[in-house]
Amino acid sequence: MAGIASYGAYIPLYRLSRPDIKNAWDSMLPIPGEKAVASYDEDSITMAVAAGRDCLTGIDPQKVDRLYFASTTSPYKEKQAASIVAGALGLSRETMTMDFAGSLRSGTNALRAALDAVEAGSASCVLVACGETRMGAPNGDKEMSFGDGAAALLVSKSDVAVEAVGSYHAFQEFHDMWRSDKDTFVRFWEERFVREAGYLRIVPASVAAGLQKYNMAPGDITKAAIYAPDPRLLGMAGGKMGFDPMAQFQDPLYMTVGNTGSALPLMMLVASLEDAKAGDNLMCVGYGDGCDVFILKVTEGIEKIKDRRGIKRHLESKKMIPNYLKYVQWRGLMETEPPPRPPINHISVPALWRDMDWGLSLHGVRCKSCGTPQYPPQRVCVICQAQDNFEPYDFTRKKAKINTFSHDNLAASIDPPTTIAAVDFEEGGRIIFNMVDRDPDDVKTGMEVEVSFRKVHFFEGIHNYWWKCTPIRC
Amino acid sequence: MGSVKGIRDKVAIIGMGCTKFGERWDASKNDLIFEATKEAVEDAKIEPKDIEAAWGGTWVSGFDGRCLADPLKLQYIPVTRVENACASGSDAFRNACYAVAAGAYDICLAVGFEKLKDSGYSGLPDQQSLPSNRYPDRTAPGMFALMATTYFSVYGLSPEEGKRMIGTVSVKSHHNGTLNPKAHLRREVTIEQVMNAPIVAWPLGLFDCCGVSDGAAAAIVVPADRAKEFRPDPVYVKALQISVCPSEGELRADYDFTQVRATVEAGKAAYTEAGITKPREEISMAELHDCFSITEAVTCEDLEFSPRGKVKADIESGFFNLDGGLPVQPDGGLKSFGHPIGASGLRMLYEVYLQCQGRAAERQIKNPKLGLTHNLGGIPVSNTVSVLIIGL
Repeated sequence: MAGIASYGAYIPLYRLSRPDIKNAWDSMLPIPGEKAVASYDEDSITMAVAAGRDCLTGIDPQKVDRLYFASTTSPYKEKQAASIVAGALGLSRETMTMDFAGSLRSGTNALRAALDAVEAGSASCVLVACGETRMGAPNGDKEMSFGDGAAALLVSKSDVAVEAVGSYHAFQEFHDMWRSDKDTFVRFWEERFVREAGYLRIVPASVAAGLQKYNMAPGDITKAAIYAPDPRLLGMAGGKMGFDPMAQFQDPLYMTVGNTGSALPLMMLVASLEDAKAGDNLMCVGYGDGCDVFILKVTEGIEKIKDRRGIKRHLESKKMIPNYLKYVQWRGLMETEPPPRPPINHISVPALWRDMDWGLSLHGVRCKSCGTPQYPPQRVCVICQAQDNFEPYDFTRKKAKINTFSHDNLAASIDPPTTIAAVDFEEGGRIIFNMVDRDPDDVKTGMEVEVSFRKVHFFEGIHNYWWKCTPIRC
Repeated sequence: MGSVKGIRDKVAIIGMGCTKFGERWDASKNDLIFEATKEAVEDAKIEPKDIEAAWGGTWVSGFDGRCLADPLKLQYIPVTRVENACASGSDAFRNACYAVAAGAYDICLAVGFEKLKDSGYSGLPDQQSLPSNRYPDRTAPGMFALMATTYFSVYGLSPEEGKRMIGTVSVKSHHNGTLNPKAHLRREVTIEQVMNAPIVAWPLGLFDCCGVSDGAAAAIVVPADRAKEFRPDPVYVKALQISVCPSEGELRADYDFTQVRATVEAGKAAYTEAGITKPREEISMAELHDCFSITEAVTCEDLEFSPRGKVKADIESGFFNLDGGLPVQPDGGLKSFGHPIGASGLRMLYEVYLQCQGRAAERQIKNPKLGLTHNLGGIPVSNTVSVLIIGL
């Protein structure tokens, strides 16, 4: 039976306090808590990569033969995002890549499609990676309630930790939230209609139908990860469904992360898997123009999934954004004074294509004559000058330390100073990176760092990605 | 570094010129080239038509031989543009000297120039990015700051001690610049000002960085055996060396940022070519590539002026001051002149030339015999270095 063989998640380091938003606008909205905010160099792609890397901890990326990227906030309207995610994760070039886009059910849709592909035998190992960075209009309640995050699930028939018992699906054409191809911010209909005619009608009905389909009662479910735009709505729906919300509902991350759209049900599922024991029955529900209801059964295999940062560790590791304006700047919501530096160079598409193997994946080479790892790939060894005698070498999970660094106020940056660090890898090799998610005062020579896939430029409509280093996150 | 044969004492400088450096809003690059060359030609007491071949050194302010032929209206002679980062001017000079030493020509011109202040941006233009732009954002101060961070850490200097050491370098150079009418910045600074200045790239503050300016400098070279036909006090070429790093520091974890191997290699080769065995004693003065104060400090060790790790004592004792044992940047250095990339190498030679002829006015040092110039193009991990020695 197909099921989930591994899981991972990502929550950006930075959090914005909702009272700070309220104060910035002198607003009446009494929304407490904080929201997770992607840094200026993060988007749905980079966060999906981070969640994917978490999910593939201890797993050979070459085993993956299909990558489903799910999001309503792909950086491209036209151009696949999954191929970028697959490249960054170092997946085999024969991996089939697919985008699930536009729908708030993109994440759960992709999970169903992954289970179907594995069940049907057309794929053996599908990585579902879902990242989301939706924006509500400034000074609105969606700006407060939306958050950024990502989740990833590995679906296969082997090493199954969570069996997919089955699922129930229903659609309901319904304009509760929408964003046209011309909109930056999510639009929505008035709250009472959205609640009464939408969520409170569709979700309980679909959950009931799903349980009935598998001859189960609400009491049989150990934990239900149900998409919820806010916890109050989930509580109201819980009463209708016959669940004990306190005991059985997975926290919808509202106070800590915010509504992460299509990634939310998968992030909640990951959170419930972190506490799951063999024999538990789990439910995962995606919502948006209908409902996807999954019933899952946890097996002994769950014990083998270790060292994931998942939801818990990412939640604990955080840094508050100093003020609302910083958020406005990171999201490009206001035109600001450009730095007094030349604009970046035109990005050459042939060069991006040529660099694909090393530029996206951080795969370098190791000299077969002297054994020295090198990045980017060379034709002549930097140590022994042997020619064309290299093997591929993956730097992404190698231990690394800062040899030296500086904090540069001249370099153009949305978040100065630009920290530059010469990073030495324990098993050999050096790469010079920009460092982010760091407090300049805490950066020291000899400090351990890790690499993180980030957006380095946006120019002439091209989102350009590469790697940076960060302190060990958690 | 390969074997060194060299051309010691085969070529002499008979004329030099140098513009006022600075924010030359008034002057185009062609004006700068013309000004510097006019002074050099007059100094050599030749006519422009006597020039048989020319080399123009620039980083980003011109292309091909027309960069000199056009402003100077050189008449159908061979002209070549030379680009070798911050060593462009020095390399143009080297090419002119080699042509003379080879016997191909008798009177050659080398001009270094750069017009940076037309861009409107801070710092230097970014010439380093890969076409895919998959590259860390980095600037010259950011990359040289890496040297300061490591130098302090390797030699156990607190940030305060380290900043005081490199700050003293800047105080000295600013002082020398006050004595030079051609310098861009001509004012004294105190160590407190230097240490408390705004940070450009930690740990480098504003006064640890050279400025961005416009300028040009030129030299006329002839065979040594003909030099006295032109003037009684020619200055002879002793060594012309270049060493280029294969960008090792970018990839090799054993590069530790406390030295620049290309400087060490070019220095050794230049000493061999010039027959120098004790540089600290034999060299009368040096114009080093002080793009940043830390660069000057490290270069003093790389060129064996100070023992490895011990430059602090020499900086603090005033050994490199104008009245010290080995004056460094007697003209004020990049610190006071700013760094119009292609011009700096020939600007340095101009000071050594004047000093050797006793024409350095208030800056004149006693009995100079040999002067060294050094350019470090690029960044600590990847660079092209020139070391030139001229003298009597």
